[in-house]
Amino acid sequence: MLRPRVIPCLLVHQKGLVKTVKFKDPKYVGDPINAVRIFNEKQSDELMVVDIDATADNAEPNYQMIEKLASECRMPLCYGGGIKTVEQAQRIFSLGVEKVALSSAAIENPQLLPAIAERVGTQSVVVVLDVKKKMFGGYEVYTHNGKKATGKNPIELVREFQKLGAGEIVINSIDNDGVMKGYDLDLIEKVRKEISLPLTVLGGAGNLEDIGKLISKFGIIGASAGSLFVFRGAYKAVLINYPNPEEKDDLIKKNFPI
Amino acid sequence: MIGILNYGLGNIKAFENIYRKLHIPVKVLNSKDDFEGITKLILPGVGAFDHAMTTFNQSGLREISEKMILDDKVPVIGICVGMQMLAASSDEGKLPGLGWIKGKVHRFDESKINFATHLPHMGWNDVKVKPDSPIFVEFPANPKFYFLHSYYFECDNASDIIATSEYGIEFTCVVNYENVFGVQFHPEKSHEYGIKLLENFSKI
Repeated sequence: MLRPRVIPCLLVHQKGLVKTVKFKDPKYVGDPINAVRIFNEKQSDELMVVDIDATADNAEPNYQMIEKLASECRMPLCYGGGIKTVEQAQRIFSLGVEKVALSSAAIENPQLLPAIAERVGTQSVVVVLDVKKKMFGGYEVYTHNGKKATGKNPIELVREFQKLGAGEIVINSIDNDGVMKGYDLDLIEKVRKEISLPLTVLGGAGNLEDIGKLISKFGIIGASAGSLFVFRGAYKAVLINYPNPEEKDDLIKKNFPI
Repeated sequence: MIGILNYGLGNIKAFENIYRKLHIPVKVLNSKDDFEGITKLILPGVGAFDHAMTTFNQSGLREISEKMILDDKVPVIGICVGMQMLAASSDEGKLPGLGWIKGKVHRFDESKINFATHLPHMGWNDVKVKPDSPIFVEFPANPKFYFLHSYYFECDNASDIIATSEYGIEFTCVVNYENVFGVQFHPEKSHEYGIKLLENFSKI
């Protein structure tokens, strides 16, 4: 039986790994390649790596780094950050990445999505939406590390991206980023109802029970987390970690009978 | 020596790295002049069926590998779309497949999938293996592998089915006829079971 996926999300900033809180205050947590090796050993389900400088600095993706990460990675790798053209996406695939994540580029130029999907297949094109609660209710999508409001509603956008041929949607809650108090289940429910695509959620997981709650409510879903897999304890000591296969099986069995 | 057919699609580097770590000789095949000493072939593949077929047909690698596989019976394994390319045709495209294993590629029927998520079939799934296949030597009965696809291989001959998995329906995820193998999942991204499968292939 197919299982829900538990996915560490790593942020790259100035060539190092960082973790943010509400998209701010990046704290250095280590070296990307070293982290990939640890997640190989821990047998994580997938890995998501996002370069948070590339789009903000209007820079090319760092192909050298991507190639190193991809060749080290023994699980599926999703890369995001700075992809604006079909050629860039294809080059990243040729380096050994399974999925490319688009965010601002897909929002500004939705036709980019079918253009990339035609070359690499729809299953490999991921759209990441950074979502923030509006002051008087509802949600809005942001780009450029949470700095640029798009005026767009995530619920409408995911419907549009499904039609255009996305293979997966990642919903990242800016409000819950780094807070470690649980996922925004309400937001996820609203998105889930709109689409039949694989959905992965990010932002807020503080412990494995948070992931358990997500699985018991949504079943097949991607449960992604940053802080949970790079910090340990109340003082957030840096320690790359991931449940071992037995812990993960128990977590899934308890919440989603196989 | 294992040769990885590099026609521009698929995770060449991941296969190469796994074999290097296992100390099994491996080479990336970029042109027809690279085939000397090659005794096994890997046909990787990602993306759309027609794009994969067109790229492979134009790569200059098809003729020589076809001769090795069909005449000299050199073992080959198709991975993901590389497996689907072994069929006669696919619902996804108009071009003919390689036809090295009798069968057709179909799209999953979404009405049979009982999850909120339909397609693609993405993630880790159990695989039910036929115990006597050489690529599953020393495997448990239900190993897990990573899948990412919306189409599956339907064999004409049940004897070519080596393993199945379930997604709405029970579907074939490993095929084998004589020296031709195909796997729908990604062994290069499936941790220890994937590595073991690739090691077993090298010993066939």
